[in-house]
Amino acid sequence: MTTTTDASLELPRPRKARATGLWRLWSSAQVRLGVTMLVGITILVIIAPFLAPHDMAAPVGRPYAPPSPEAWLGTDNLGRDVLSRVMSGGIYLAWMAPASALIAVSLGAAIALIAAYYGGWTDLILMRCMDVLLAFPGILLTLLCVSIFGPAPPLLVTLVVLTLMPGVARVIRGAALPLLRQEYVLWAKTVGTPGRVIITRELLPNVSSPLLVELGLRLSWSVAILSSMSFIGYGIQPPAADWGLMVAENGNGLGIQPYAVLAPILMIVLYTIGGALIAEGSARIIARTEGEA
Amino acid sequence: MTNSVDPAILTADAVTVERLDGAPIIADVSLTLRQGEVMGIVGESGSGKSTLALALMGHARRGVRIGGGAVNIDGTEMLSLTPKQLRSARRNLVAYVAQDPGAALNPTLRLDTLLTEGLEGSSAEKTARAKRILKKVGLPDDDAFLRRRPRQLSGGQQQRIAIAMAVIAEPKVIILDEPTTGLDVSTRAKVLDLIKQLCIADNLTAIYVSHDLAVIASVADHVTVMYGGQVVEQGEMQEVLATPRHPYTRALLDAVPSVNDRQALLPIRGRVPNVGEWPEGCIFSDRCDYAIAACSVRPPLRQAGTALVRCVRPELAHTLGAVSRHIDHRRAAEAVEPALTATHINAAYGDKQVLFDVNLTVEPGRCLAVVGESGSGKSTLSRCLIGLHENLTGELTLAGSPLPLSVAGRDQIARERLQYIFQNPNASLNPRRTIGQSLIAALDGSAAKREGRAIDVINEALDRVSIPADLTDRYPAELSGGQRQRVAIARALVSNPAVLLCDEVTSSLDVSVQASVIELLRSLLEDGLGMMFVTHDLAVVRNIADTVIVLNEGRIVEQGEMQAVLNAPQHPYTQSLLANTLQLPTGDDETETAALAVH
Repeated sequence: MTTTTDASLELPRPRKARATGLWRLWSSAQVRLGVTMLVGITILVIIAPFLAPHDMAAPVGRPYAPPSPEAWLGTDNLGRDVLSRVMSGGIYLAWMAPASALIAVSLGAAIALIAAYYGGWTDLILMRCMDVLLAFPGILLTLLCVSIFGPAPPLLVTLVVLTLMPGVARVIRGAALPLLRQEYVLWAKTVGTPGRVIITRELLPNVSSPLLVELGLRLSWSVAILSSMSFIGYGIQPPAADWGLMVAENGNGLGIQPYAVLAPILMIVLYTIGGALIAEGSARIIARTEGEA
Repeated sequence: MTNSVDPAILTADAVTVERLDGAPIIADVSLTLRQGEVMGIVGESGSGKSTLALALMGHARRGVRIGGGAVNIDGTEMLSLTPKQLRSARRNLVAYVAQDPGAALNPTLRLDTLLTEGLEGSSAEKTARAKRILKKVGLPDDDAFLRRRPRQLSGGQQQRIAIAMAVIAEPKVIILDEPTTGLDVSTRAKVLDLIKQLCIADNLTAIYVSHDLAVIASVADHVTVMYGGQVVEQGEMQEVLATPRHPYTRALLDAVPSVNDRQALLPIRGRVPNVGEWPEGCIFSDRCDYAIAACSVRPPLRQAGTALVRCVRPELAHTLGAVSRHIDHRRAAEAVEPALTATHINAAYGDKQVLFDVNLTVEPGRCLAVVGESGSGKSTLSRCLIGLHENLTGELTLAGSPLPLSVAGRDQIARERLQYIFQNPNASLNPRRTIGQSLIAALDGSAAKREGRAIDVINEALDRVSIPADLTDRYPAELSGGQRQRVAIARALVSNPAVLLCDEVTSSLDVSVQASVIELLRSLLEDGLGMMFVTHDLAVVRNIADTVIVLNEGRIVEQGEMQAVLNAPQHPYTQSLLANTLQLPTGDDETETAALAVH
């Protein structure tokens, strides 16, 4: 023992900020901007009823009136105030998009980790199911289900989840497979750790980085899908205000009152970019920190 | 050996490479090489040796820049070339051979494409040239071979191709960055022979980067010892490695296990300073046993004997000499019950059988070394014993009672009594969990945890491996490689095991860290643990084993007491392993003449 004590003097490195926490992502300006955009838009749509200059459902002038001191962005096809409708128009998206993305990523990750860890038949069956979902045209599924059940928001969320989940499962399974050969997973097996513990304790924390990237990415996708559903009339129904729906409603007046279309498109774009910035920024930080390790 | 009137073909003058924030990675490195000389650059991880090798070609990795100095190769100033000129210089003046040929060779290209890339001339000329070079590096030179792709070659052949690619354009200097590190001893010996032969026959000038002092001793004429980004000692190989003048060189040599003598290995305390955290004075002063007040000012390289040394007292380490560190072998145990036995083990991957009727016994307080090269089945054997291999027949017993072959069939006690330690400490600890969390996980389902003694048991185990208990809330990335491996050992110790299965546990560690881990494992043997130590390194075997099994292609070809096997090997395979194990030069005249005879 006398000789090894020398090694105990090995100096611990000076304490650094925890490089493993999710907080390191905050150091990315892209992530900060993205989060700010999403939080800002969410707050805006929530307080819109108190802030909006007009009742978003009542006509304030003739249809397709150009911007005026009364209505800063003009009026829409029914003479309603575009600004008030744009402010309120994200309220469905504000909860449906994050909910769809969260559920899709959670379910996708769970399926991926179970498939990756147990392998064999479990893997085969789960991933083939994902492939079937992936191959089935999302738009067809939406048309079918909405025609049968009607456009209830929970159904719309379910449809988005079904569309996004297979992609998430593919990516996370790919990230988990190399981990299975890592010695800490083998070690856990040598001491007889049950599979569900290995999945939650050894695998899940080590795929948290790709999970986060997926979350940002799928958030943008959810916005796009939900808005598209509204646009084709299979999503949020009139007279509710919704950005996708507004684009559809006011498309005919594009030549005379472009703001009624451009304003909701801009909001959709901002929301999508916010999610994309989070995904992109996280991916960069992760690539950098994991490159060092 | 060398002619002093020869002009230098490569000179590096005060080369500095720094991070973009200005923190130096290597500082003020100078070296001079004449035609036909081989310079060995030796150092542990973090010493900056690979950074230097790349800087000599005018290259810096991402996030790093060459901050100053000059590199002149055959009259061309490498650091002031335009990118276009640099590309041409890297074709005609200097070539690079990377460590892992598997990753350095594009697997989709045929050998003729790889070899003739960048050459000028007609395709017939180029093919003729490729064939000449293949012959030179000892590979077949027929057309069929030229049409092969890298993955159809063995590791040794791939490295020969990488060397052939480097020398085919007849560069003035070739830079070899750990070219033999991933290779088996016998393959390594052949590749080293090739490099030596190229240097003599073609009068090639080479820079050979390695962490392995014995490899450097076998190829180099001159040695540069790097530590923390600085040159600490530079001179003729025999002068530096047999009679070093810097305390770091001395300490490094004292940490290297010898295949001929069982010795106390002296680890170097502390760790290599990180970039940007260099100490004020001498770079080695915070780890040096002989540091004095004068060491708080960074010493310049000064002439001592024929060598250059960065130490205020260059005569000190020189006079230390190698003290006799011989230690006695443990006596053979007297008829005790074996801790672990394996009988008639046959294992296969699919249809391919990889282990044939292997029998072994691990006794308490003794170490059984399982020696073999890659593909010998030694890792499969240890996986079989721990119960992770599925396609397996045979019988296992643990402390006299039968042990199920699969880990799933074993009870808690059997799992606790048999513990596995992995090769790579970077991968054996979950990077997203703290040391404490990893150790607690090892106690899942144990009596200690039920009785609420988990913290005590963990602290005891950490103390046993000399890790301060306050490191438990750190993540593995915050620890050094040696600390991580000792934490992995502590994780095995918390279960109070009877047998440790050690799978190449020192082979990914630096030599000074390896010394501390070997000493720790020895002390665990003193405590009465049984140990199976899987390795390819006979010097490590000499230093830790009591009995030895030599595996070749899945069969035991030789077994017995360690001294008997290593002193008088009977099987030709064991003899060739031993013959290919490299030795450090000593101060003896005999070795000196042998080393000189090489060139």
